[in-house]
Amino acid sequence: MQQPQLVAIRTIIKSNKRWDLLFGVAGFVALMIGVLTFAALFAQMAYNGWERLTPEFFTNFPSRRAPQAGILSAWVGSLLVMLVTALAAVPLGVAAGTYLEEYAPKNLITDIIEINVTNLAGVPSIVYGLLALGIFVYAFGLGQSILSAGLTLALLILPIVIVATRESIRAIPQHIREGAYGLGATRWQVTRDHIVPYSMPGIMTGVIIGMSRAIGETAPIITIGALTFIAFLPPSPVTPEFPWISFEWLKSGFTVMPIQMFNWTSRPEEAFQQNAAAAGFILVLMTVAMNAIAIWIRYRLRKNIKW
Amino acid sequence: MVSTTMRVEDQPDLPGAARHTFPHDLDVAALEPSPVKAAAVDFSFYYGSFHALKRVNLPIQEKRVTALIGPSGCGKSTLLRSFNRMHDLYSGNRYEGDIRLYPDNTNILDPRVDPIEVRMRIGMVFQKPNPFPKSIYENVAYGLRLRGERNRSTLDERVEEALKGAALWDEVKDRLQAQATALSGGQQQRLCIARCLATDPEILLFDEPTSALDPIATGSIEELIHQLRARVTILIVTHNMQQAARVSDYTAYMYLGELIEYGQTNQVFLRPQKQATEDYITGRFG
Repeated sequence: MQQPQLVAIRTIIKSNKRWDLLFGVAGFVALMIGVLTFAALFAQMAYNGWERLTPEFFTNFPSRRAPQAGILSAWVGSLLVMLVTALAAVPLGVAAGTYLEEYAPKNLITDIIEINVTNLAGVPSIVYGLLALGIFVYAFGLGQSILSAGLTLALLILPIVIVATRESIRAIPQHIREGAYGLGATRWQVTRDHIVPYSMPGIMTGVIIGMSRAIGETAPIITIGALTFIAFLPPSPVTPEFPWISFEWLKSGFTVMPIQMFNWTSRPEEAFQQNAAAAGFILVLMTVAMNAIAIWIRYRLRKNIKW
Repeated sequence: MVSTTMRVEDQPDLPGAARHTFPHDLDVAALEPSPVKAAAVDFSFYYGSFHALKRVNLPIQEKRVTALIGPSGCGKSTLLRSFNRMHDLYSGNRYEGDIRLYPDNTNILDPRVDPIEVRMRIGMVFQKPNPFPKSIYENVAYGLRLRGERNRSTLDERVEEALKGAALWDEVKDRLQAQATALSGGQQQRLCIARCLATDPEILLFDEPTSALDPIATGSIEELIHQLRARVTILIVTHNMQQAARVSDYTAYMYLGELIEYGQTNQVFLRPQKQATEDYITGRFG
């Protein structure tokens, strides 16, 4: 190649590469806006709440005196509500998703259902709150209880669980199904022995993503009437007399972490703002912990599943 | 288009004297006559409105290897998959005519016949090895479990027997609880064969069983098929004509959904009756 041609090519390459650099910088800035904003918020919260993060903070009930106030009723409430949510949403969501993928005939009705399930994931949570107030609290008479709240949040994350279930079922290659059917398995045997076990990592991931959304939900819980100030714990699920297990706690009034936080942020005193920051810090840690568990479960279960 | 209408009644007569010298190392017993185990009778198949198989008549001889050959899209896999009603898993498919199973003379396509019963009688090995992501043991035991077998020692015994039958026992006997997916491709395919053998199928269907394997693994599968013909009737789809010549006793050549020619493998390869068959096997077409 002649020298002038080489020079011409190099000029073109150089000008083309300018866009490389430009996008590299723009992309990095975009990334940092997201990461740094969150890091700053989190750091601010940790800094403000740091003094309040004592063991007593976790073992004290809320109080009118900020330094004595704690999150005992809130974290216990959150935990119990999450338990109900998981116990309701997982079987319902997995069964519904599996039915849609493996059993439902492919026709207009299932198409409509499929589209709507996906859209349900985008319905504002307050709408679920109103629905639950009408159905669970009044029609079913469950009251403003842990059970009502758990079922409401279960409804909220049900579309997420269904979609996650369907996606992980779809990732199972068809020839695995055919292998099982080829041996004479019924649809239920294929579902029970293969489809559900192999899609479990994906389902669990979806469940925990749903749960970490649910744990931060405030609006629907307030709508069904959670208390904002509560100085007692729900009755223990274990009792000293026969039958040793009690479900009274399901009917108990409760509060949850985000409501406790909201309550404190709405107080004018500086000391309560500190409490709110500390509670927020704990709430973020709970969410991060749940996501970490999701990643760990996925890793553990997927190790053995490959095609 | 040439079309054969070979009836079950006039299956080829195989007198030993008229035997053609066959260039391959073929078992002499292959050429002894054997009863018909199954037969497609005026069998047609539709994928929706697409007429994929057109009035196919094909006998399957008991304890012999029958190969289905033909260019891509000729319907050989479609025909094979009809033998265990795999098409029932998908909507819009339709069978017409009979696939009869002997000696009970059941038409396995009859809507009153449960496809699950058919699949329990007729096993299938797929193109891509498809072991379940479970242990080696559980893979082989699965068919037995589906049949309600719970007895641990019976399971152990049948699993060992099946793995021996699939020439895999020596390689895996020390790691039966290991993941099946950790095996090599050829071992996985032999595992899939063992999985079928464990339940003693009457017919074993092979859908291009070596197309995903290397030449050495292919050789071991072919060797295995050769051994298995003593105990089970085999129907194999292959796009590899040398393979058909090596492993099969009978060959059926298909083209565009029709059965063009069927006969003893040496006859089909050395003295094809139809010009179309000759063009295909000599490589002038396909």
